Amino acid sequence: MLTFIMRRMAIMIPQLLLLSLIIFVLAKAMPGDAVSGAIQGNPDVSAEQLEEIRGKMGLNDPWYTQYSRWLGDFVQGDMGMSYVHQQPVTTLLAGRLGNTFLLSLATLIVSYLIAIPLGIIAGRWHQSWADKLIVGYNYFSIATPLFVFALLVLFVFGFYFNWFPLGGSVDIQAEGGSWEYVVSKAHHLVLPTLSGALLATAGTIQYLRNDIIETKLKDFVKTARAKGIPERRVYTDHILRNSLLPIAAFLGYEITLLISGSIFIESIYSYPGLGQLFVQSISTRDFTVVSALVMISGAAVIVGTMLSDIILSIVDPRIRIE
Amino acid sequence: MGKALLEIENLQTSFRIKGTDYAAVDDVSLCIHEDEVLAIVGESGCGKSALALSIIGLHEPRVTDLRGAIRFEGENLLELSRKKLNEIRGKEIGMVFQDPMTALNPLLTIGSQIEEPMKYHMDLSRIARKERALDLLRRVGIRDEALVHARYPHELSGGMRQRVVIAIALACNPRLLIADEPTTALDVTIQAQIMELLKTLQSEMQSGILLITHDLGVVAETADRVAVMYAGQIVELAEVDDIFARPLHPYTRSLFQSNPAKMPRKGRLHVIQGRVPNLENLKREGCRFADRVPWVPKTEHARSPVLQEVKRGHFVRCTCYKNFHFNTGRSGEKDVATS
Repeated sequence: MLTFIMRRMAIMIPQLLLLSLIIFVLAKAMPGDAVSGAIQGNPDVSAEQLEEIRGKMGLNDPWYTQYSRWLGDFVQGDMGMSYVHQQPVTTLLAGRLGNTFLLSLATLIVSYLIAIPLGIIAGRWHQSWADKLIVGYNYFSIATPLFVFALLVLFVFGFYFNWFPLGGSVDIQAEGGSWEYVVSKAHHLVLPTLSGALLATAGTIQYLRNDIIETKLKDFVKTARAKGIPERRVYTDHILRNSLLPIAAFLGYEITLLISGSIFIESIYSYPGLGQLFVQSISTRDFTVVSALVMISGAAVIVGTMLSDIILSIVDPRIRIE
Repeated sequence: MGKALLEIENLQTSFRIKGTDYAAVDDVSLCIHEDEVLAIVGESGCGKSALALSIIGLHEPRVTDLRGAIRFEGENLLELSRKKLNEIRGKEIGMVFQDPMTALNPLLTIGSQIEEPMKYHMDLSRIARKERALDLLRRVGIRDEALVHARYPHELSGGMRQRVVIAIALACNPRLLIADEPTTALDVTIQAQIMELLKTLQSEMQSGILLITHDLGVVAETADRVAVMYAGQIVELAEVDDIFARPLHPYTRSLFQSNPAKMPRKGRLHVIQGRVPNLENLKREGCRFADRVPWVPKTEHARSPVLQEVKRGHFVRCTCYKNFHFNTGRSGEKDVATS
């Protein structure tokens, strides 16, 4: 088991290197560079001065030198300077990463809390009225665009009833570390979490429902019933155990979202997270921030896939490689 | 022969297809005695498995209609609540399934799957259950039982898995074992081993076995009595020696005729014309086999064929057996049953 995990992690290293190379090349291929970004088109700077600055900053070095320097710095936590915000990218990311993580974790937990019971009910009693209701809800949530739904939720519960704040991640008057601060954070989380979670459940419900319907007909379920064990245990020990496998495996991928965040939700709720920063940075051409964010979310996908594999190997004996 | 263990009375198992009920098992009455092997033979689609699954209550209740009675030691299984039925299946009745590749839960170890029914039916400690599981594995012919106990199904071969499936069926010392084509999914050498094993176990356990198969060799070697099923009905029922010595019903004779082992050196293997009608197209009046022996004049068939005892313990349906002969118009076919 341990060797499997070690091996799986070793595969990650070339994947990450390749990812970083692609991002570096793409970033270099974009018009403009750090110097043109820093001077912001200032006409007082002459072409010779520009060249001099470029030389000093190492921008005239061969690409591989630049790449290894960038990678070396990145690994050590130096992701460069944001042209727009005029502060290190790491500082910019620090607070937002926490916010995004919190929001995504809450969304993930709430959506599983809704989706797993509903998926089980729909699958176990499929074609019952409960199943039809749940499938109806599924179609609704698949068909509804996230930005429309989120806006509607914001309008109704934030603006009309005024139950929840319209934006931000915490009340500015709340003091860090105090009880009010925690309550305020949670209060700010409610709407973005719910609107994200309610729509995110559809895939999980549908997947789980279909898998249960399929697994119900498998021969080993007949074997279990022939053993004369209670129907409840046929479900928990045999059907659900098998049907939750793909859900468990998918969890690793979902963790990716914890880091990359939701662009729509964060933008609509003006929630200061990575998704919102990403949209802002693209519109202001803040390339260092964009490439840092792309690198982080790319790495998150790779790590998430690895987690999926590891989770699957824990729950499914057939995957285990000695 | 011991006393009756399982009595099936006028069982009718119907499946609902597009709103209409079609009987897959039609008015079947059978009796299985203690320490008896009763074989049910017939082509695919004759209702053999539907019969077996009716006994153990594995049909989807929403689309299945069960009529008649299945009495196990006097208790009608069809009238029992699920809870009561669960006290009998797995404990008093064990089931061996057809395909060992799919009959085991891929996520549980062999040991836990064998011990599972014991948890619900036997008052044994965890250690005692493991002891028993190891003992069962030994009894079904697995030598390194401790190793296999901790293995997962995908780590075992098909033959080994079928042994495990048998061990599960035997976990709580059942009085009746239902084996639904236990060797169909296995290759020939393993088939012989598994049948040998079932025979040995049966003589050890003194329990009844309902053996469903279409392998006539297996029937001749293992069964005490044989029921031949066609289109949901029993067309012939007799002691094994009787039926092999003097098969009566045209369907039984056709089946025997189609056995390659009995084929003359030269000439072609007998093939029964046509196919088993599917549930929706099955004609329910008259002799159901008539369509597949079209050369037999209509007057030979009874209008409403019933199972008649023609000799002590030898039952046959319809009257068309009396003057039946194979259609020898085609080259080289000889009636092996009468020659």
